Amino acid sequence: MTMTPITATNDFVIKFANVNGSGSASANEMFAKSILRMGVPVSPRNIFPSNIQGLPTWYEVRVNEAGWLGRRGGVDLMVAMNPQTWEADVKEIETGGYLFYDNSKPLPKSRFREDVTTIGMPLTHISNATYDDPRQRQLFKNIIYVGAVAQLLGMDAEVIETLIKQQYKAKAKLLDANIHALHLGMDHAKEHLKPIGLRVQKADNVGDKIFIDGNSAAALGCVYGGATVCAWYPITPSSSLAEAFQSYCQKYRVDPETGKNRYAIIQAEDEIASIGIVTGAGWNGARAFTTTSGPGVSLMNEFIGLAYFAEIPVTIIDVQRGGPSTGMPTRTQQSDILAAAYASHGDTKHVLLLPEDPNECFEFSAQALDLADRLQTPIFVMTDLDIGMNQRLCAPFTWDDTRDYDRGKVMTAEELEAGRDFGRYKDVDGDGIPYRTYPGTHPSKGSYFTRGTSRDPYARYSERGPDYIYNMERLLQKFDTAKSLVPQPILRTAKKKASFGAIYYGSTSPSMDEAITVLEAQDLHLDTLRIRAFPFPESVRQFVLSHERVFLIEQNRDAQLRSLLINEFDLDPARVIKILHYDGTPITARFIARAIAEHMRGASVSAQASETVA
Amino acid sequence: MTYITKPKLHHPTLPKNALCHTRRDYEGKISTLCAGCGHDSISAAIIQACWELNVEPHRVAKLSGIGCSSKTPDYFLGQSHGFNTVHGRMPSVLTGANLANRDLLYLGVSGDGDSASIGMGQFVHAMRRGVNMVYIVENNGVYGLTKGQFSATADEGSMSKKGVKNTDSPIDLIGLALQLGATYVARSFSGDKAQLVPLIKGAILHQGAAFLDVISPCVAFNNHAGSTKSYEYVREHNDAVNRLDVIPTREEIQVDYEPGETIEVAQHDGSTLRLHKLHSHYNPCDHIAATNYVQQHHARGEVVTGLLYVDPEPSDLHSHLGTVQVPLNRLEVRELSPGREVLERINGGLR
Repeated sequence: MTMTPITATNDFVIKFANVNGSGSASANEMFAKSILRMGVPVSPRNIFPSNIQGLPTWYEVRVNEAGWLGRRGGVDLMVAMNPQTWEADVKEIETGGYLFYDNSKPLPKSRFREDVTTIGMPLTHISNATYDDPRQRQLFKNIIYVGAVAQLLGMDAEVIETLIKQQYKAKAKLLDANIHALHLGMDHAKEHLKPIGLRVQKADNVGDKIFIDGNSAAALGCVYGGATVCAWYPITPSSSLAEAFQSYCQKYRVDPETGKNRYAIIQAEDEIASIGIVTGAGWNGARAFTTTSGPGVSLMNEFIGLAYFAEIPVTIIDVQRGGPSTGMPTRTQQSDILAAAYASHGDTKHVLLLPEDPNECFEFSAQALDLADRLQTPIFVMTDLDIGMNQRLCAPFTWDDTRDYDRGKVMTAEELEAGRDFGRYKDVDGDGIPYRTYPGTHPSKGSYFTRGTSRDPYARYSERGPDYIYNMERLLQKFDTAKSLVPQPILRTAKKKASFGAIYYGSTSPSMDEAITVLEAQDLHLDTLRIRAFPFPESVRQFVLSHERVFLIEQNRDAQLRSLLINEFDLDPARVIKILHYDGTPITARFIARAIAEHMRGASVSAQASETVA
Repeated sequence: MTYITKPKLHHPTLPKNALCHTRRDYEGKISTLCAGCGHDSISAAIIQACWELNVEPHRVAKLSGIGCSSKTPDYFLGQSHGFNTVHGRMPSVLTGANLANRDLLYLGVSGDGDSASIGMGQFVHAMRRGVNMVYIVENNGVYGLTKGQFSATADEGSMSKKGVKNTDSPIDLIGLALQLGATYVARSFSGDKAQLVPLIKGAILHQGAAFLDVISPCVAFNNHAGSTKSYEYVREHNDAVNRLDVIPTREEIQVDYEPGETIEVAQHDGSTLRLHKLHSHYNPCDHIAATNYVQQHHARGEVVTGLLYVDPEPSDLHSHLGTVQVPLNRLEVRELSPGREVLERINGGLR
């Protein structure tokens, strides 16, 4: 069997197969960041089980000078450090790819593939010969393989050293030990291993972009957006968001004079309490948010209805994972869309913001706090595990220092004193949004009783049909107002006139961008619309109606956003073709391009056939 | 939750407090509860306590869950913001409200169904967090609004109006509050205004989690023979350990009781709780002794009432969290947003 080894520069996939809890994460991250420092975009993804120690974990790094950040699929170089998953890992390598492994213990020939180049290195021997402490032996083995792989790929030793120096600035002892381990790996590779066909070469395609996970970005957005109360309950993949909020607050939200905190974080007893605390804080005029995932949203449902009906600002960040039930808690999906959009009993509808990357996680989280106050209603930020828990290259964060918070319609003591009429649930501006007062505002004016039962425009308990209808219709009016306040969709027009369109949202973005260029290369052209919020502005309907067919690409089984779209605009379902990916791995450009190409070719064949018949 | 508005005319000779308010200024809408309901007596006691303490009505936030008891905040303090939340979840909403503005007085009203069943988890955690509030459970051992089902505080062996015997053991909210770290724990009886009003006043002045379990007979469903929460039963089995006077800050302390029978507890805010001991061995500042005493007497079928425990140096959630003195809801963008320059530094660290 003849085999041509893959040759590629700045365009390949390397995957590290590790054991959870072995300390590989920081070594792998350093590897990815080194490539970025060489000016070459990377997109790493953690693939991990619901486990703390012992089970397999992978770190997949796509190196791509062109800047495609979606998952590619396939592996060109496997760093196989986990005997448990050896077989599957070896199988996953592309023909002509490379297998890097620890050959301290010999393995029979049958365990290898003939169409893959094998690179063995006695990692355990080297590490054990150098370090006495068992934990050190394990940790530095990770750095040794990073050194060896970096050497094989022709990477710049200086870049990695600089990174290590920055990371261990305050810990000189660890710094030297890490640099020593790095060189052990590099030197061994230089002396004993043959060069391979994969190279990393310095480029200039990273620019001023930043590298951060969406959860940290959303947490920072909440800091900038003025959240002062956060209540949460631990759940993967959202826990790191609350933890990041805590650490940013410790840095940036402490009163320099008194040392006191300008924030309050409660790790609640469950998600019901989390949303309850947020509801109470929102009612009382503080900006508050909770962060959770699907099962948490399910528990919050009763409160979400209360906040909708009693019109209380609430921000919920849903880092989506695979459902239903415990589902695939460490895998990504966009499968809470309907559960969030129509959360709770009775007639309800909620505003959803759909960020595509950490930059928008930052933007939308800050904006959600404004929207919640402006619209006096729950606002969901629908991110997912793929964006939330993976570091992603994105545009740097921006903040305009002249920006003030939009606190919405809050009637002040002065206005009440001046005799301004206050009807808590009265539409005075025609936008469906009433005025509210904060508790404690005025001694004799502006107090009202908040309740989940129906009431008249002056907040007086009422079970009269007309009062109920007035209120429910006003809530619809308010939802309509939201259309112009939420982030608008982004249209991309095809290079040639297109009769097909594609709609997508959230973490599908990078793969969609890439799929469009793949399709263009095949002379398949389509306009695209990236939806960034619900309720959908009118432009979304226009986009669907102005195309013969529209593909809707989603990462769930039931085409949830498609249902929402068809339902809200009363569209003919035949106009919207679903493209669905929901196995828990992030969607790829290959998948999208193949699915769309099949449809488009099929459609053009049948179009020609009908012309012939005509 | 009433359709009828109360006339606002006052009798000109009604006494006024230091804020020039009459008791009527502390009232709310007309109650829609059954005539003779214990809950209305508790509302009256809250009104009396707030009036006597010169509380500014609009500086109170009154919150409740769902049920008969949870309707009552509409019937007192009409100038306060009120929030009728969801069943059993008043504690979390109150916690959030308290975090947003530490300057208001938080009054949580709940029932035994609300706090001991559906909202047990929230009750427990609000206590252990030490939220600065007055938490009153209007305890009648029965679900009134859904017509007479047992609640979790109903005593084992007690009979329902329909003649069903309760076979589950009861949840003792006092015992729980003591164990969970509430810093002011009292029990009273809706029919004993002389005892209840000072206990509410003490709770209002207390700067921590104050819990009051008030036995409040349900005249419709739990006031019959065989009930352990009826007017008759509680009057017969009431074992009051002390009587309380509350002396707010700066008021002169006048001693008119025999020494040895009276102890004074200086509260953190400068006020004084003066306890006239009815049981000479009872020490309300001894947490463990209080727990034992309540348990022993409960075993004998006695309902111990009075101020059962008080920590004169309580701490609350805000002090645990180290929050700023200014209410969080008053902080503005310049105090909350770290600004563009910091963001650029953060960006720099992410490259």
